[in-house]
Amino acid sequence: MDGVTVATLRFTSHLVRHRPAPMIEAAGTTLAEVLERGLAGDELLKSYVLDEQGRLRKHVTIYLDGEVIVDRVRLSDPVGPGCEIYVLQALSGG
Amino acid sequence: MATLWVGSRKGLFRFDRAAQGWQSAGPPSFLAEPVSALLDDPRDGALYVSLYHGHFGCKLHRSDDRGLTWTELPSPAYPKSDDPDAPALEFIWCFAAGGADEPGVIWAGTLPGGLFKSSDRGQTWELNAALWAVPGREKWFGAGYDHPGVHSICVDPRDSRHIVLAVSIGGVWITRDGGASWAIGGYGLRNEYMPPDQAQTPELQDAHLIAACTADPDRIWCQHHNGIFVSDDGGVNWRESLNVKPSGFGFAVAPHPTDRDRAWFAPARKDEYRVPVDARLVVTETRDGGQTFTSLSDGLPQGDAYDLIYRHALVIDGTGNRLAMGSTTGGLWVSDDQGGRWQLLSAHLPPIACLAFAP
Repeated sequence: MDGVTVATLRFTSHLVRHRPAPMIEAAGTTLAEVLERGLAGDELLKSYVLDEQGRLRKHVTIYLDGEVIVDRVRLSDPVGPGCEIYVLQALSGG
Repeated sequence: MATLWVGSRKGLFRFDRAAQGWQSAGPPSFLAEPVSALLDDPRDGALYVSLYHGHFGCKLHRSDDRGLTWTELPSPAYPKSDDPDAPALEFIWCFAAGGADEPGVIWAGTLPGGLFKSSDRGQTWELNAALWAVPGREKWFGAGYDHPGVHSICVDPRDSRHIVLAVSIGGVWITRDGGASWAIGGYGLRNEYMPPDQAQTPELQDAHLIAACTADPDRIWCQHHNGIFVSDDGGVNWRESLNVKPSGFGFAVAPHPTDRDRAWFAPARKDEYRVPVDARLVVTETRDGGQTFTSLSDGLPQGDAYDLIYRHALVIDGTGNRLAMGSTTGGLWVSDDQGGRWQLLSAHLPPIACLAFAP
């Protein structure tokens, strides 16, 4: 994939409990592009991260190289080469 | 052998009645996941469960082997839109099987107010556009949640195209053409907490649950926020049961499947308290179409009881003899004699949202 930005997606173990979610490498210059390509083969897994409008779920958060994303609606945050993307759940009680 | 499914805050439990009585079938399916709705489809034995994940959204699962294994299915999805505030599925509040002449048809009532239909046993879903766009839709609002929700779907066993449903808060709606068009019902319902000039507006009625008599589907019962109401014309017009003791407030109603005049309710002290009146848990029964009510308490806690019964947590089986009731504090009771005597099956379950007897 020379010349193409490749990022690595990793998922919280809380999500892996429900769906197989291995580390995924996917290309893209924005978070939206990376998620679209990385999750293209598993619509059910995608539905755990994004709602049907493509927005990040309210109680899910994503870090790009250690920084929480800004655009939770359009996922336009830029993704650099080798970016480490962590998909996490927000904490809640009960 | 009878089977009772228990949808709880921490998974789907199963209880079976064997020769020695009711017994838990053991650890639940979906341990730790909140169950928001369940359906045991009498037509093909399939089980449908919706989970309300706190983080990852509402998920749908089906079992074709009575709960031994499950297959995750796509959840109902609202139509794609570029509007940043476009609706998205919050959770499934109820299921209903289509008619006997509609194999594979499943209805799902959801928040934020959409009715969905699947014609292929839950593999794909379509929003009912006609109900989503009905005049008066803009008046609907949430009750206990941020958005309105469809919680009751009554499919007429005589005519699968005739469906009566209810929305909190959005009134009672009726279709006679399978959902192609909808008309408002609910005339005679009364929502006391609205401004006086709006109290009888049909679109502003807070029916907590509606349920029809199977043998006489024009007889529909309503446990409304403001009391108990009865319809004899399929939900168009209603009359109120007055002076119901110990309270007309509650969420659930279980109609007898063949005796149109009998139904059971789970009263609570209204509505800023929502606990049993005087901390004594009772079920009320009417045998005369809502004219009079009797409290049934044998086997139920009669002191220091703070159990609330949610709308889908009081159910009756197909024979009309067996009732089950589950509470927000994890109590589960069954009666094998129409509520005359209740047996505690567990006092230690997670909060119970919904119950279903196997058909």
